[in-house]
Amino acid sequence: MKTLLNKEQLNITLQRLAHQLVENHLSLKNTAIIGIQPRGILLSDRIAGLVKKITGNKHIDYGTLDITFYRDDVQSRNIHIPADTNIPFTIEGKQVILVDDVLYTGRTIRSAMDALLDFGRPEKVELLTLIDRRFSRELPIQPDYIGHTVDTILTQRVIVYWKEKDGKDEVVLIDKV
Amino acid sequence: MSLSVKHLLGIKELNVTDIEQIFQTADKFKQVLQRQTKKVPTLRDITVANIFFENSTRTRLSFELAEKRLGADVVNFSASGSSVSKGETLIDTVNNILAMKVDMVVMRHSASGAPWFLANHIDASIINAGDGINEHPTQALLDAYSMREKIGDLKGKHITILGDIMHSRVALSNIYCLNKLGAKVTVAGPPTLIPKHIESLGVRVEYNIKKALEWCDVANVLRIQLERQHKPLFSTLREYALYYGVNKQMLDSLQKDIVIMHPGPINRGVEINSDVADSKQSIILDQVENGVAIRMAVIYLLSGKRELE
Repeated sequence: MKTLLNKEQLNITLQRLAHQLVENHLSLKNTAIIGIQPRGILLSDRIAGLVKKITGNKHIDYGTLDITFYRDDVQSRNIHIPADTNIPFTIEGKQVILVDDVLYTGRTIRSAMDALLDFGRPEKVELLTLIDRRFSRELPIQPDYIGHTVDTILTQRVIVYWKEKDGKDEVVLIDKV
Repeated sequence: MSLSVKHLLGIKELNVTDIEQIFQTADKFKQVLQRQTKKVPTLRDITVANIFFENSTRTRLSFELAEKRLGADVVNFSASGSSVSKGETLIDTVNNILAMKVDMVVMRHSASGAPWFLANHIDASIINAGDGINEHPTQALLDAYSMREKIGDLKGKHITILGDIMHSRVALSNIYCLNKLGAKVTVAGPPTLIPKHIESLGVRVEYNIKKALEWCDVANVLRIQLERQHKPLFSTLREYALYYGVNKQMLDSLQKDIVIMHPGPINRGVEINSDVADSKQSIILDQVENGVAIRMAVIYLLSGKRELE
């Protein structure tokens, strides 16, 4: 097991991501942040909180998206119990920032885009990810905001731990047995 | 995660976790059904055959909508106008349908136990959409789901099932389902329409409708199934309506507002009066709405079993 980001590094990275987001979207008047269930929302909760702090906005359009019904691994038919999708605003004509913790094959993001488009037609969709497992993509999907890039092999796994859920803030790389 | 069963034949075979899982999944499908795009591509690789050997409006439409909104391909079959009238057996009929690469079968049949028989002979997953006077599992699930939506957790709640208990598959499935969820159940109606020894299923029996309604939080009113009654069990429908029909006056005389349900089709003026069926206390149309979400959940959760064997 190797630590990729410790608590302090993670904190600085999150600050940077939030600032980059605000830099591109300024007041976020026409921008929505949407976290991907289940683990992406832990990151998006933080990012949304930081963005509010930086911009001074009390309210930003922030939602969660579950992609269970849009997965493409239908052949293996692993049945997943879906989590909540909660998008209490229209995404029509908005700039939507999808947020997930680890970008790996890109298949989750493909599903998320399909799921998202069933809610309307956004003006633009961007992708924010904390960890980019570069060179392991199976679809042509690239993030617009990257926290940390790692080169990994198939047998490795990246896990992001969050204080709210796991009791600590840390990103680790582990070798599967 | 998936259900403990490969088929949904009856509620009897489900455990509480299965039921909770179906409800939890139905919640999410209900959200999907409230969107502008009411469809998901989840089962785009699956074909479902709806095989109905008995008449149906709600169940059949509800299943078909559920399948289509899951993105599945659907074929419909009804016994009338089919080769069944030429003497084809049930297994032959179904095997021929399955030979056309169908993955799942939804079946309604007038013979009790028909889906169990079929399950022993074919590989596809089977969902029982009502067999004779035995079970109608998806109806019981959507009933319990609708009750829970209205009055919360069913543990310890009082549910009265009222009417033609003898010929009702809805009654039996409801009893199994409500018992598993911890509710207390009373069946009520004329003695000729209540099977002997039904207490052994863990229900109370009450012949006085007023008392049965006074006792309950929810009353599930069932249709008088004349088509299944081969000998006279009460003198006239008017007499039945007089002594066992639910009307506004009776509801107003109770100490509390109870929830009224009916699985449909309704015989207005017989088991239930229009002033009750269309009242604020009635959740009959909520039941129909929830039916699609429940059936989507069942089909989705069963679709996973295919490759595991």
